[in-house]
Amino acid sequence: MTPLAMLLTLSSLMFTLGLLAVLTRRNAILVLVGIELMLNAANINFIGFWRYGPSDPALTGPMFVLFSIAIAAAEAAVGLAIILMVFRHTRSTDLNKLDSLHG
Amino acid sequence: MVETLTPHLPNLLWWVPLLPLIAGGIIAFLPDARGRIASKLASGALFVSCLIALAALACSLTPKEVEAFAPLTWFTFGDVALKVGLLLDPLSASMAAMVTFVALWIFIYSTGYMADEKRFGRFFGFLSLFCGAMLMVVLSNSLLLLFMAWELVGLASYLLIGFYFEKPSAAAAAQKAFITTRVGDMAFFLGMIWLYSQTGTLLFYDGGNGLLESGALASLAGTATIGGLSVSAAAGLLLLVGAMGKSGQVPLHTWLPDAMEGPTPVSALIHAATMVAAGVFMVARTHPIFANGGGLTVPLTACAWVGGITALYAALVAMAQTDFKRILAYSTVSQLGFMMVALGTDGVAAGMLHLICHAFFKALLFLSAGSVIHGCHGEQDIRKMGGLSKPMRRTFIAYAIGMMALSGFPFLFSGFWSKEGILHSAQTWAGGYGPFLLAASAALLTAFYMTRQALLVFFGEPRKPGVHHPHESPSVMLVPLYVLAAGAVLLSLIATPIWPWFEKWIDGESAVFDSGALSHGLGLIALSLGIVTVGVGASWMIYRKPSENSNAPDPLAGKLGPLWHFLERAMGFDALYEKAIIGPLAFFAGGVDMLERMLFVPLMGMAEGLIKGFGRLTGATDESGINRGFNSLCSELKNRAASASRSQSGRPQAYLRSIGLGMSVLLILYFWLSAR
Repeated sequence: MTPLAMLLTLSSLMFTLGLLAVLTRRNAILVLVGIELMLNAANINFIGFWRYGPSDPALTGPMFVLFSIAIAAAEAAVGLAIILMVFRHTRSTDLNKLDSLHG
Repeated sequence: MVETLTPHLPNLLWWVPLLPLIAGGIIAFLPDARGRIASKLASGALFVSCLIALAALACSLTPKEVEAFAPLTWFTFGDVALKVGLLLDPLSASMAAMVTFVALWIFIYSTGYMADEKRFGRFFGFLSLFCGAMLMVVLSNSLLLLFMAWELVGLASYLLIGFYFEKPSAAAAAQKAFITTRVGDMAFFLGMIWLYSQTGTLLFYDGGNGLLESGALASLAGTATIGGLSVSAAAGLLLLVGAMGKSGQVPLHTWLPDAMEGPTPVSALIHAATMVAAGVFMVARTHPIFANGGGLTVPLTACAWVGGITALYAALVAMAQTDFKRILAYSTVSQLGFMMVALGTDGVAAGMLHLICHAFFKALLFLSAGSVIHGCHGEQDIRKMGGLSKPMRRTFIAYAIGMMALSGFPFLFSGFWSKEGILHSAQTWAGGYGPFLLAASAALLTAFYMTRQALLVFFGEPRKPGVHHPHESPSVMLVPLYVLAAGAVLLSLIATPIWPWFEKWIDGESAVFDSGALSHGLGLIALSLGIVTVGVGASWMIYRKPSENSNAPDPLAGKLGPLWHFLERAMGFDALYEKAIIGPLAFFAGGVDMLERMLFVPLMGMAEGLIKGFGRLTGATDESGINRGFNSLCSELKNRAASASRSQSGRPQAYLRSIGLGMSVLLILYFWLSAR
């Protein structure tokens, strides 16, 4: 396997794991963790294609990743704040109990 | 044996920090029920890295040039390559050996102390992470690697201080430690970036191109910035602030006494080997930057004064505390101040010697404190103890050795010689007698409050109301005490002025046996003796016959009056921060809240009213005009729709699953169609 293929395998594994967590976990915090995993799988792709592609000296790949890490940090902060507020309202972070929007 | 080992060292040395880190990583995946395996894994990994560290120490015993191991290129970013590497010199070798050795005994002690803990395995995982990170700090040859490991140390200390996170006070203490040290870390980070932008390297030693070598130092000294400071002085000040945060110097010390909320072995680790030593070590490591330019540099002067003030402040506060561990915590703050005084007054070797001796006797003191608390069923108030030397004779002997080393009992104990070295370097400092006087009075108070603690806990009669049936601890907890006590005594062999082996070794020279040296420093030795005698004597006079009643006020409280309460509250630093920092923040948050309530809520209310009114109006027209014919149709539709609306479960994950399913179907269709 070429290094790029290995990286892509790793990132797709990470993405799948993250997706699995998002789809099956009932704890909102662990769902957030799953989302972070999926984001970082995308970051690995960025770095991989940059490193084993034409390797642009303008560092486009790492720059994208830096931005996406910054955004992920902001997203985690907002997400955790939302979960905290939800917990204060309902005393639970169980997603199955948070279904007041049902039909 | 040394010759056969030397060529393998560059590869072996990486394993010193890596083994505990790997062990910590493995333990993270073990279930909590496998705590026994976790403790064996952690201790085993640390034992092996202790052996390697001792071998490295043996290899670095012969005085020679600093050995920087082939730096690895971590990553290349355009033209810039960031390198990391390890470093073996007397400084890092002695620290690595001390950290692994002391921590190993703390690990063994923990297997006994934490035996009833349900998160036993997790505890050892965190401990391993803590030690691995600290060893990386110690051995790193790059300021960047040092900083990363430094942050890991901070993370591990956060996790361990908050180990009993169900307790709100423990969770708060963990956050306090994390946030307070973050203030210092920010300064450290800025200083690091500044140094990098000026010199283009973060390696300490790199065959002449390193940060601490003459080329970079000259360029740092030559460039002036604000206020006529050279860049090295300004960056040195920033690094000093970082060290102050980590090493609990005034005014960033408030987290350290609160860190008592963690389990006692963690306190021993934090106070002796891993956490607070990092700041002092960092200053010692980057000392060439601090001393750059020669003479009395600004960062060194700042370092000496901060250290002196911290030493005296914490010793004063320790006098008035009643919690066993809190007294020890303030004594750590005070001793760290001593080390800073030494570093600031060009006594790097004296400071490091005190750091290492302190690690031994402070770990010993905390572990015996743990043994006492364990035997007293969790009681920590020294006023409720008393007469414990009978039921806990072995713990008492170990404690007594640690206590005498800390208060600087003459000749036999390491603390006496290392403290004497610090006083010597402060006395001969060119920048005045200030730090010397501060340190000397702190030494006097140290003897005073340690004697007070010993008298109240171990002597006299049991007090009422007090502890019921104190008992001795199991031998898995006592053996580490003996080992550390032996270390606290034996270390004085390498530290006396007669044979100042350690100091010469750190400075890269070899020591000669000189019995005449004792007479040169006779004045200072006499002074140290006098200090200890006065401190112990005064304490003995006051506390030799404590009241039988454990609720009686301290004998000194009446004499000192309001001053006593001021000291009891640690001179009000916490209250000050509460008012000066948390107060304005809370005020600002309250203001925003008020704005929302006063402005946005009424506005939204008005909009809501308008829309509602309009809706009523249209509703009424609807009802009377159009609706009637539709109603029968609608009720029919509603009944049919009820079954459809059941799929709207309100659970986001169910929706996501359908989206995923739909997307897979579409993808399959797409490939199927395009394949045809």
